[in-house]
Amino acid sequence: MSPEGFERTPAIEAGTPVLAPGHTYATITDKISAIVLLQKTKRGWWLGFAIAFCLFMLLNLALGTILMIGVGTFGINIPIGWGFDIVNFVWWIGIGHAGTLISAFLLLMRQAWRQSINRFAEAMTLFAVACAGMFPLLHMGRPWLFYWLLPYPDTMGTWPQFRSPLVWDVFAVSTYATISLLFWFVGLIPDLATLRDRSRNSAVKVIYGILAIGWRGSAKHWHRYDMAYLLLAGLATPLVVSVHTVVSFDFTTAIIPGWHSTIFPPYFVAGAIYSGFAMVVTLAIPLRKFYGLEDFVTMRHLDNMAKILLATGCIVAYGYLMETFMAFYSGSTYERYMIMNRMTGPYAPAYWALIGCNIVIPLCTLWSSKIRRNVTALFLISLVVQTGMWLERFVIVVTSLHRDFLPSSWGMYYPTVWDWTLFLGTIGLFFSLFFLFIRFLPMISIFEMRGLVHEEAEKK
Amino acid sequence: MDRKPKPGNPLDLVQIQAKLERGARKRLWRGLEELAGTPEYRDYLESEFPHDPRVKDNGINRRDILKLMGASAALAGLTACTKLPEEKIVPYAQQQPENFIPGKPLFYATAMPLAGYATGVLVESHMGRPTKVEGNPTHPASLGAAHVFAQASVLTLYDPDRAQVVVYNGRIGSWSAFLTSIEQYRADLLIRKGAGLRILTGTVTSPALADQMQSVLAQFPLAKWHQYEPCGRDSVREGAKLAFGEDANAVYHFDQAEVVVSLDADFLCAGPGAVRYAHDFSEKRRVTGPQSSMNRLYVVESTPTNTGAMADHRLPQRAGDVEAFARALAESLGVHSGATGNGIPLRVPADWIPALSRDLVAHRGASIIIAGEQQPPAVHALAHLMNDWLGNAGKTVIYTAPVEANPVNGRDSLRQLVADIDAGQVDTLMILGVNPVYNAPADLHFGEKLLKMRMRMRLGLYEDETSELCHWRIPEAHYLESWGDARAYDGTISIIQPLISPLYDGKSVHEILAVLGGLAGVSGHDIIRDYWRKQKAGADFEQFWQKSLNDGVVEGSALPAKSVKVQAAISASPAKAARAEGGRMEIVLRPDPTVWDGSFSNNGWLQELPKPLTKLTWDNAALVSPATALKLGVTNGDVVKLHGSGPEVKAPIWIAPGHADDSITLHLGYGRRRTGHVGTGVGSNAYLLATTDRPWITYVDVQKTGATHQLVTTQHHHIMGKEGAQVEEESVAARQRSLVRVATLEEFRKDPNFAREEGDENAPSMYPGFKYDGNAWGMAVDLNSCIGCNACVVACQSENNIPVVGKDQVSRGREMQWIRVDTYFEGGLRNPQTYNEVVLCMHCENAPCEYVCPVGATVHSPEGLNEMIYNRCVGTRYCSNNCPYKVRRFNFELFADWETPSLKPLRNPDVTVRSRGVMEKCTYCVQRINSAKITAEKEDRELHDGEILTACQQTCPTQAIVFGNINDPRSRVAKLKAQSRNYGLLTDLNTRPRTTYLAKLRNPNPEIKE
Repeated sequence: MSPEGFERTPAIEAGTPVLAPGHTYATITDKISAIVLLQKTKRGWWLGFAIAFCLFMLLNLALGTILMIGVGTFGINIPIGWGFDIVNFVWWIGIGHAGTLISAFLLLMRQAWRQSINRFAEAMTLFAVACAGMFPLLHMGRPWLFYWLLPYPDTMGTWPQFRSPLVWDVFAVSTYATISLLFWFVGLIPDLATLRDRSRNSAVKVIYGILAIGWRGSAKHWHRYDMAYLLLAGLATPLVVSVHTVVSFDFTTAIIPGWHSTIFPPYFVAGAIYSGFAMVVTLAIPLRKFYGLEDFVTMRHLDNMAKILLATGCIVAYGYLMETFMAFYSGSTYERYMIMNRMTGPYAPAYWALIGCNIVIPLCTLWSSKIRRNVTALFLISLVVQTGMWLERFVIVVTSLHRDFLPSSWGMYYPTVWDWTLFLGTIGLFFSLFFLFIRFLPMISIFEMRGLVHEEAEKK
Repeated sequence: MDRKPKPGNPLDLVQIQAKLERGARKRLWRGLEELAGTPEYRDYLESEFPHDPRVKDNGINRRDILKLMGASAALAGLTACTKLPEEKIVPYAQQQPENFIPGKPLFYATAMPLAGYATGVLVESHMGRPTKVEGNPTHPASLGAAHVFAQASVLTLYDPDRAQVVVYNGRIGSWSAFLTSIEQYRADLLIRKGAGLRILTGTVTSPALADQMQSVLAQFPLAKWHQYEPCGRDSVREGAKLAFGEDANAVYHFDQAEVVVSLDADFLCAGPGAVRYAHDFSEKRRVTGPQSSMNRLYVVESTPTNTGAMADHRLPQRAGDVEAFARALAESLGVHSGATGNGIPLRVPADWIPALSRDLVAHRGASIIIAGEQQPPAVHALAHLMNDWLGNAGKTVIYTAPVEANPVNGRDSLRQLVADIDAGQVDTLMILGVNPVYNAPADLHFGEKLLKMRMRMRLGLYEDETSELCHWRIPEAHYLESWGDARAYDGTISIIQPLISPLYDGKSVHEILAVLGGLAGVSGHDIIRDYWRKQKAGADFEQFWQKSLNDGVVEGSALPAKSVKVQAAISASPAKAARAEGGRMEIVLRPDPTVWDGSFSNNGWLQELPKPLTKLTWDNAALVSPATALKLGVTNGDVVKLHGSGPEVKAPIWIAPGHADDSITLHLGYGRRRTGHVGTGVGSNAYLLATTDRPWITYVDVQKTGATHQLVTTQHHHIMGKEGAQVEEESVAARQRSLVRVATLEEFRKDPNFAREEGDENAPSMYPGFKYDGNAWGMAVDLNSCIGCNACVVACQSENNIPVVGKDQVSRGREMQWIRVDTYFEGGLRNPQTYNEVVLCMHCENAPCEYVCPVGATVHSPEGLNEMIYNRCVGTRYCSNNCPYKVRRFNFELFADWETPSLKPLRNPDVTVRSRGVMEKCTYCVQRINSAKITAEKEDRELHDGEILTACQQTCPTQAIVFGNINDPRSRVAKLKAQSRNYGLLTDLNTRPRTTYLAKLRNPNPEIKE
């Protein structure tokens, strides 16, 4: 799909802007910086943050328990060695992908509409990766030895075992986290300087000043900045594809029916973008409403994101279809049993719920432009997609393991209270960070929006 | 300052002073609070030692096994306060015991008595600590193998819950006080000529004990000796009497029998000769090629057992109908058995009995008919009659004098004791070893009767139901701590020698009897040795003694064959009348396959050992057939009320495919009200249903309660409700995946390569394979020999320091045994073919676990072992996920008990004790491989085939497991793998497993259509 397609297809009335008319440099700067500097903290913010923070505290409780007692607090067993830990890891990592896609990939593609959503999408990526990164550590039997997976000069001369996809994971995820952080921070510098210049409180001024690392907005700065930002975007773009490909290798290199499949890398990447865009929609809709940012995050944005959901949803559906087809076409007893067990076995409800959430509901509705532009409907669909993508990972991880080769070893997986606590806890962590972000940092890139005003003006 | 004591002031100095003055014996006190016994002090004590039963007497939550076992460290710690004997200690540097090399284990021969009968064992001892029990190759009942109870007995030795102190009237007493008390009592008793004294023991085969008993009874002629064995051989004995008019012990020679008929006898897994019988039986099933022959086994049984699973023809029959079957068979053979049938319409396929009798007649003198210990005497007598008629007597069935020193019917003996108590003739009872309050038939109300006596003394391993009611409680020495002797199933005598001095100052039966006989202070060693010196007088006694101890058997002590003459008619057993009890359901009470009669209920290894076929752990259940479950409207886990003539028993249902319809099986040994932390409160007490007249087969009303109980299995967990469907689905998958390859002998002869299947060949690879220049270890498991007896599982647990995880963890699918016995069913639920398959690490050539480990904690050794490096493991569990055989086990929590002091010496020092978060699995006993390699290298020679025995192989009664060097074509394992029956599991995955299987063969009678 050509990215230009979004610009040229008149799916939405021609001329629907990505920035509401009538904005000047000053109004944009005022409006966005005021959220951080001038407005009083909204009551809704306090409420949301309180809930998120409570969940975050739950995370600490779960962390303490798991570190003290061990992974036995999870519902995992033999044969199901991975449960919610890996499900959540893949889910969170997947969510992160939309942010990178929007900020880096669309930047390179010169998609102007990305500019009002990239900042919080990047923040979302970063926080999602933070949540995701916790799981591979915690799922280990001896998490305090995590560094044994790193190739560090060890006096014993031991190295990680490079044939293991878990080692690749370490590189993929740590690279991803580093690039995402850098990209986000570099993108923030000019805005941090704006905040420094506009803040009236001297302490705040100092903090933003330190963070702005001496940004003066000189032409030289801007030149260097553009170069650095483009370079980072160039580095980040392959990550959109590579990270989830490597994550999918965790499964494909294994011999377990339901994991051992060549379709996984593209199908995982599409799934990641699918869930990530759903998360961006989930976050964008309330943000623009509560902070009155309808001018910046317009219907055009929502419509575009819904279209991406539709496209990636189709890829994911194709993946499911091929998986089922190949199970029968391959003639392998194990594969055939695996797919039949998914569809009719003890976890069949999860499978059918996943089909409903990922295929039936979004793909039956998003073709309609009316629904795409119905904010409530879109919000609900985005939640459904996220649930569906979580279920997908659950089905892949758990149902493949619970009945593999020897029927004598078949088992069942029941998540424990700590599985749920940890999951909810990471949601708490994510939203706590996100609430702090929207309170203390400009959630929309001020300078890029100003650029947009300039572009709009030039167009006229 | 004058401070008025508050009411209820904890410190009453006057009282304390009085107490101190009263206390005749020296006491050491730690503080005034202790002396006053204030509630505060008790609280303190309780908080310090929260699980000390002597502090707190309330219920114990058995779910927290590990925590409790950890807490019992405190209990064991208390004993550290005992005073050490003042003896001179000579350092090893000056006087090292012979053959003693630190770090090298020594093996001593001894024997384990179970229900009185001995099985010879060799015990591995590290620096004076027994760590592992193995079979004794020179002992006839063992031939090198050991049963599960022997394997697990070493855990009982170190059990921190064992009785540890002499208790008098509920308080800690002392051995010297006991001696004083007995001294006084003896004086009184001598005057009375022993009137009022009764001694109760279990079955006694020990010649020395019998001799001691005789001399005690000579001193006290009015005293009486009673024997009661809860899972003893009363029926067998009565059956012999019925058939021959005299007591006779039957020894079966399965290695000479072509046709074997079991009348409800689980002869492969239960009974004094089971290990030997399993060995002999499998010898007749060893197939090397199409020309080999096999014996044929017919089993008629109610409860599905391992013996039934081995049968070529199995017929589910209610236990009460077996007699009718036996009579019908006798009739068909032409044996005149007295009564003709007992009016019960037999539910037997029409061609069964005629075909069976033709088969038996065709193998005159080479067949065996054996009756189960739970069958009434008449069935035993009928079996003897038929064996005699078929000319088996003297050939496959040898009769000898009874093995017991003084054979009595235990139930009659106990009944007599209770009658004497009721008559007021007993004032003192010494209970030596047995636990009648728990396991006496319910109609005797033994607990109540016991309280009627003035003086009750108990020698017991645990502070159990009986101890609780006794004045004097003496901790019993474990067999690994004491001297003794005992006879095996064929009469062979073994001297039992201790491996360690008693951990808790326990005393043996011999020592107690010596005290009673006025010989206090004579050591167990002297008692046994003196007895044998009397028997083997002469100059060569020392040589005899040394040899007997070294070999573990007294040479030539097997009982000689004697001829017996059958009596003409055998009247129908009174069970017939019972059948008429309309509407009541038959219930069969049997010793449990893992905790026996309850003596092992505090043994974690045995509690966690999956029971044969059902794979249940940590519980007993009312086993019923699928049809009966349907009729009762119950499913797995539904609790039913069973009401016989005595108290009601509640038990959860478990559906056992192949169980006889309209019959229930409930295993004995559970429902312990008081034992250690492990066994207390686990399961339902089936003894409450037993009566003296009907100890094994009785009739009950069954009533649904609506409650459910979580039963935990290690195979098909949690799938309740649709159990039938699940068994079906598993079996279909197992069949599709060719996990168990089976053929009849005839099919095998036609197509010796039947076990070869597509996908068995190694797939081509781009990479060169591993090269093995020296050894390449491999294993072959002969499914035709494996009886699924579980001995390998416990042997592995003992050898490899495998932890016990408790019921809750097993219910979560986290059992830790490295080797398991998988069970698959084929055919209908009513009477399926049952296959046992031992699964351990396959040590794949292309191991899926190896390449996924991120830290290289599981790697390929130069000899082809798939090795686990525990200290490198970070616990990602990826290896386990990717293991198609799911043989890896993970320490989800800190499962190993690092705290309890008494469990520390139990560990095999050659094997790492794993910590939390680490993966583990079968290593092919790498510690044994390396130890043998080092020895061979030192002696500058090659390893011999068979020099290395893995723990599972060593203890396998049927030698179904063979390990060795597959690079050496002359090795046993290479020869087995060269057989056409050899196949690997899931070879289509190209894992190239080193552990392979030899396909199972069956030898059905072509005349019986099933």
